Order: sequence, then C-alpha cells, then structure tokens
Amino acid sequence: MRAVITVIGKDSVGILAKVSTICAQHNANVIDVTQTVMQDLFAMIMLTDISGLNSDFTKLVDKMNELGKTLGLEIHVMHEDIFNSMHNI
Amino acid sequence: MVNVNDILETIKMIQEENLDIRTITMGISLLDCIDSDIDKACENVYNKITHCAKDLVKVGEDIEKEYGIPIINKRISVTPIAIVSAACKGASPVKFALTMEKAAIACGVNLIGGYSALVQKGFSAGDLELIESIPEALSVTSRVCSSVNVGSTKTGINLDACKIMGKVVKQCAEKTKDQNCFGAAKLVVFCNAPEDNPFMAGAFHGVGEPDCIINVGVSGPGVVRAAVAKCPDADITEIADVIKKIAFKITRVGQLVGTEASKRLGVPFGIVDLSLAPTPAVGDSVAYILEEIGLEQCGTHGTTATLALLNDAVKKGGVMASSKIGGLSGAFIPVSEDAGMIEAARSGAISIEKLEAMTAVCSVGLDMIVVPGDITEDTIAAIIADEAAIGMVNFKTTAVRVIPAIGSKIGDELEFGGLFGSGPVMKINYKSPSKFINRGGQIPAPLQSLKN
Repeated sequence: MRAVITVIGKDSVGILAKVSTICAQHNANVIDVTQTVMQDLFAMIMLTDISGLNSDFTKLVDKMNELGKTLGLEIHVMHEDIFNSMHNI
Repeated sequence: MVNVNDILETIKMIQEENLDIRTITMGISLLDCIDSDIDKACENVYNKITHCAKDLVKVGEDIEKEYGIPIINKRISVTPIAIVSAACKGASPVKFALTMEKAAIACGVNLIGGYSALVQKGFSAGDLELIESIPEALSVTSRVCSSVNVGSTKTGINLDACKIMGKVVKQCAEKTKDQNCFGAAKLVVFCNAPEDNPFMAGAFHGVGEPDCIINVGVSGPGVVRAAVAKCPDADITEIADVIKKIAFKITRVGQLVGTEASKRLGVPFGIVDLSLAPTPAVGDSVAYILEEIGLEQCGTHGTTATLALLNDAVKKGGVMASSKIGGLSGAFIPVSEDAGMIEAARSGAISIEKLEAMTAVCSVGLDMIVVPGDITEDTIAAIIADEAAIGMVNFKTTAVRVIPAIGSKIGDELEFGGLFGSGPVMKINYKSPSKFINRGGQIPAPLQSLKN
C-alpha cells in the first residue's frame, strides 16, 4: 500500500524536512521524491509506503493538512489506488 | 509506478474542475418491517434504518479523506413506503415520514428518499392514502424526499395519477410557501422509475433489490468541460471521443469508492450511476459543456443535438469503467441547480418547451423548474403527462420536478440555497388542458411494450 503526497506553494527553507518528519513519525517510508522549484514556486511529489503505519491513515492526512495550513502550502495525501484505478485499465 | 502527469491531472480535476462523488446512497429494504400496528411498524423501520446505516457517514468521510476525493452527500433510500404502510389500515402514513426523518437525523444523512408509491398501472391499497399525505409529510419534515411513478413503457400512463399529482405538487408548494415552496423540490413524478437510483429526490429502494446495498453517483461536469475546452478545433467525432475518455476516468473513481464503501460497510455493492449532475457552483455546469461544444447559450437551436452527443458519450465511456452500471446514467439538466441553465433561463434563451425536447435525449426530465404560482393543477398534471409520454414511448426514465412559486410571477426568482440553487420563474402556456386531464383512465402502453 502506497500513498502519494503532493506539495505545492511558495518556496521556503525546510519544507521537505517537515513533510518527511511527519512521515517518519507515522512510520510511512519515503520511497521516491521528485521536486522542482519554478521561480519561487515549490512543487514536490513524494511516494510513500504506508503498509507499516503506526496510526490510522486518516491521522497522517490530518497532520499533513495541519502542516499545509501553518506553512501556507497546498498539501494533498492520497492513497495510490485512486490514480491506479483512474488511469490504468 | 504512478505517473507524475496522472497525479497532477487527478489533483487538477478535483481541485479546479470540481470532480466529486456526488452521493453514496445506502438502499435499505423495509419489507421485513411491515406490521398492521403502525407504531410497531414505525419502530421496526427506525431500528432497521439506524442499524444498517449507523456507519455510513463515518465510512464516507474516511474514504473522502484517504483518497482525497470529495464525497458530497451520504444518503439513504428505502422501500416505497406505500408498500410498507399498506398493512396499517386507517392510520395516516405521515407517521412513517416522521420516523424516516428521525432515523435520518440519527444517522447524520441530509436526505432520505422513499416516501413513494408505484402506481403506473393503478392504485393498490395504501397508494392513494400515501399520495394524498405527501404535502403534509413533506411540510412537517425537512429531510424526507418523495416520488411517485405514474407510468412505464410496459403499462402505459395512469392519467388519474397524473391528475392527482398535479394537485399534490401544488399543495406541496402552498404548504411550504414560507420556505420558498421548497416542499415541491423534494417531490419527483416519474415514468419508468429505476429501482437503483442514488439521486434524490427520486431515490427509492426497489422491491427487486437486495436487503441492503450501496449505490454510488459520480459527477464532474467541470472536468468534461475542461477536456472539451482543450480541443477548440476538433471535429464533433473527436469531441465525442474526448468526452468518452474523460467519462471513463470519472466513472473509475465511482467504482473505486463504491467497492471500498461496500467492503468497509459489509454491504453488497450495487451500481455506479455515471451521471453528470451539476451544482450551482460556477464551473460545475452541464449547460457550460454544451456551450463549450459550440453554442452561444444553452437553449438555442442545436442544444438537443449537442446534449444527445454528450449523453451518449458519457454512457459509452462509463460503461467499460465499472462492472455494474445502473440508475439513471447520463447528463442531468436541472434548471435551478446549474449556473449555466439559470443564466439561460434568466436571459430567456431556454424555455420549458425546449427543455422538454432536451429531455428526450438525456437523463431524468423537467427537473427543478420554477413555474408561476398561479399555474393550475391541471396544467401541472398535463406537464407530467407530456413528460411521462416521452419516457413511455422512448423506453427511458423521465421525471417532473416543478416548483410552483406561490405568490411570485414570471421573472421573479426563488432561492433554495445549497445544492438546490435558485431559479427564475419560467413562462408556461396558459391554455387549458383540463378536458384531457379530467378524462382520467389509463393511456395504453405503446407498441414498443410488446417485446415478449
């Protein structure tokens, strides 16, 4: 089971660190990260393994939403099934 | 491996183009709740609904969070109450409406459908009593929805029922005139009503359905419009193909949510209804798709053809995406719930006659149309009969949900709020159909019904 975390917003120091810290706290293993900064817009997609989570998946989603609010970023955490079912036959 | 473009496309569809799961509806059979003592029957109904649907809202919210897809409504539909209340002779069926309301509040759902009767071929015990009680039931409750099936391709049209429903629709509006005649917005008159429809106000749980089931309705007119907008120079065949592909993706989300909800609730999965249902939010309008295809404003000449293309492409795309398709499936064209339709009605680009023509090629029918308060009961009955005739002859579902705006005249607006939106009072034809309606009886089934 994997989840996709996307972060979009104004660039600042430590975004990646803060997001991955929350992943570590919930025991979500980061598998892959792509990240670009276009002018000052930060865009990141992170793939995490959530099969060993130490809490409910929805708790992780809540924490990320909270972080998004405090940093003024758009953070989405979505189960990978939605992408697989939409885009693969 | 998940593709980056797919991720971005999905997020864009949800964030900017209003892709959503419109509704998860739990259908619950009340056949095992029947009792000749109405108080006992109501107690059974309350217990059954609250037992089956206790986790519905929680599961819906969890799925919404985990997949990041908004699920707008969690709702319940039940066996047509006329069947359940038939055993309680002499007691008013309004008690059942109050019980449904109480159960809906206990489960946390915003609407519950099934205060219904099926009278396409005639009235059985309890049907008339229930139909006559609809105005009161809808005025003393806020979450209960009602529907009556007055015709089908197999049986023809029950003209007596059309006549009664003309009166009932008007009474519903009058009884709720201090709430903008909202009662009439919770009442649908059907021809060929589907038994697995997850959309209110016409949802009920058919007698051929299992004991408890989950049906899902998906929606995303904004996504379709955005996809069409990307092809300004494409010919119409390519447009149909673009809509088909996007309908596939939308429906896959419905399939995923439906199977997941059914697994978590331990209830069988019914159908995905692959509809394009609009909301009053700008960017979530079926009318805008038609305009994107190339009409200056929805309602002009060419609207029926573009709608036919849209409806067909949605079905073709969706049918492969899900293992079980049902319900109404297609484009909905309610007036008050669609920003583009509201504009078209305001500017006079669309008339009731054009809407009626459009209903011959799309889902549902004359939906959420505000008509003048001085409309006669017979005229409403005739509108119902016209619409039922389109459904009967074309082997499709049609319905009428008109709202007589008591005390308002043409050009005034009624505001319902929320997903129900607002609508201008539309012009009707004032010539009388009374003689026809008052003949009563049954319009015979058309030749298409003799397929056996």
